[in-house]
Amino acid sequence: MMYGYAWDTTTPLTFAISILPILGIGLLVTLQAAAVGYAIALVLGLVLALLRRSRFKVVSWTVAGFTEFVRDTPLLVQLFFLYYVLPDFGIVLPAFMTGALALGLQYSAYTSEVYRGGIEAVPRGQWEAATALNMTRLQTYRDIVVPQMIPRIVPALGNYLVSMLKETPVLSVVTVLDMLGLANMIGERTFEYLVPLSMVGLIFLPMTLICSALIYAIERALPKSGIPLR
Amino acid sequence: MNPIIRFENVTKRFGALTVLDNFNFEVRRGEKVTLIGPSGSGKSTVLRILMTLEPFQEGLLEIDGISYHEPGGRGPFKASETHLHKIRSNVGMVFQSFNLFPHMTVLRNVVEAPVAVLKMNRGEAESRATELLRMVGLSDKKDHFPSQLSGGQQQRVAIARALAMRPRVLLFDEPTSALDPQLVGEVLGVIRDLAHEHDLTMLLVTHEMRFAREVSDRVCFFDRGRIVEQDEPERFFSNPQQPRTREFLSSILGEQEQMRESLRCAQ
Repeated sequence: MMYGYAWDTTTPLTFAISILPILGIGLLVTLQAAAVGYAIALVLGLVLALLRRSRFKVVSWTVAGFTEFVRDTPLLVQLFFLYYVLPDFGIVLPAFMTGALALGLQYSAYTSEVYRGGIEAVPRGQWEAATALNMTRLQTYRDIVVPQMIPRIVPALGNYLVSMLKETPVLSVVTVLDMLGLANMIGERTFEYLVPLSMVGLIFLPMTLICSALIYAIERALPKSGIPLR
Repeated sequence: MNPIIRFENVTKRFGALTVLDNFNFEVRRGEKVTLIGPSGSGKSTVLRILMTLEPFQEGLLEIDGISYHEPGGRGPFKASETHLHKIRSNVGMVFQSFNLFPHMTVLRNVVEAPVAVLKMNRGEAESRATELLRMVGLSDKKDHFPSQLSGGQQQRVAIARALAMRPRVLLFDEPTSALDPQLVGEVLGVIRDLAHEHDLTMLLVTHEMRFAREVSDRVCFFDRGRIVEQDEPERFFSNPQQPRTREFLSSILGEQEQMRESLRCAQ
């Protein structure tokens, strides 16, 4: 029994159906973690990409070092680090927030590279035209560069969304009760791991497929030349 | 009267390559000047420096009495961003490759900067843009995207876009070089009309010699980062003094004659 739902282990099928509501609660946590993590990755990634292009060498090098470090160390290590080390500095976050933050941080390093590529793919002539029209740097990014890079970066950003979604179960190691965490607990109590773990896999499959389809649809719907933001 | 543009001993280097070497050049207010010369001679660089797309290392450059470099100015341009904005507000540029914003309609291309930079209200900016598009003969294309236009039409939009910022100096960097020969005429037509604007100072880099002769007050021949010869167009073309000028003119005029010939045959 968990969250008020009892399981029925008579046959694998009844077992699977009876634990579905429990896994559903875990699914919600999984989706929330992915959503928060992805939002962090999208925003922080853009900030990192822009800072990396800063004219001040100290800033661009620091940011380059940071992204390279984050990209080249395992997510699990970062997660443990945030979970066990941050409290030493007086920052105590709920497990869920720590997990989402770790995901967001790791993926912001990836997305910042996507943004960087997107920015660099905008032809130099566009920057020059903006300069000739006396636009500020901010206006150039907002009105010229970002609108044109959006269609180019959607596919790559979408891939990272799918890949992040698949990585959320790692949060279960810091006591976040996501789908995997709950399936594990069900296994511990019933000594039946096959069904709960298979269910987790089975639930992930349509989720990632839907996600990919959605991204593909967005990709198709966006005008290739870019979309004005204002 | 004071010149609107004044280069005094300007030196511009790209690494070890010196593109402009102690360059001196003045342009009167309202003057139409054509810059010609072989590629790599520094004529486009003059425009790009004026538009603040390129910094220069030594010398003095003034536009309307304002120096490009600021006392104590930092960075490659030796000037603050604010100062560069002040400089740029006098200058507009039309590029060889048009550089229209592909994600915006024609109208939006022309309206964008006046609204964002000059803080014009959108309605006013749109009515002015419509007027400019009419002037370049593209009223009916204002809701099209650049990709739906021919090169000649795109370049005319680019001219309207530059004019919308009311520059006092307008720079044309080989505006017809990227165009199919049959589209060159429509763009030159628009530039020719502009040349009648008394107050507008125009600097034009081009290989269209007949056109240069027709619209400019002065033609300058560039070679290796210097102006080798300059004169009013009739004298310049009918009686060039320097051997380098003569050599260049005969080679380029020969080329253009051949081009016209082949076009005639094709038709």
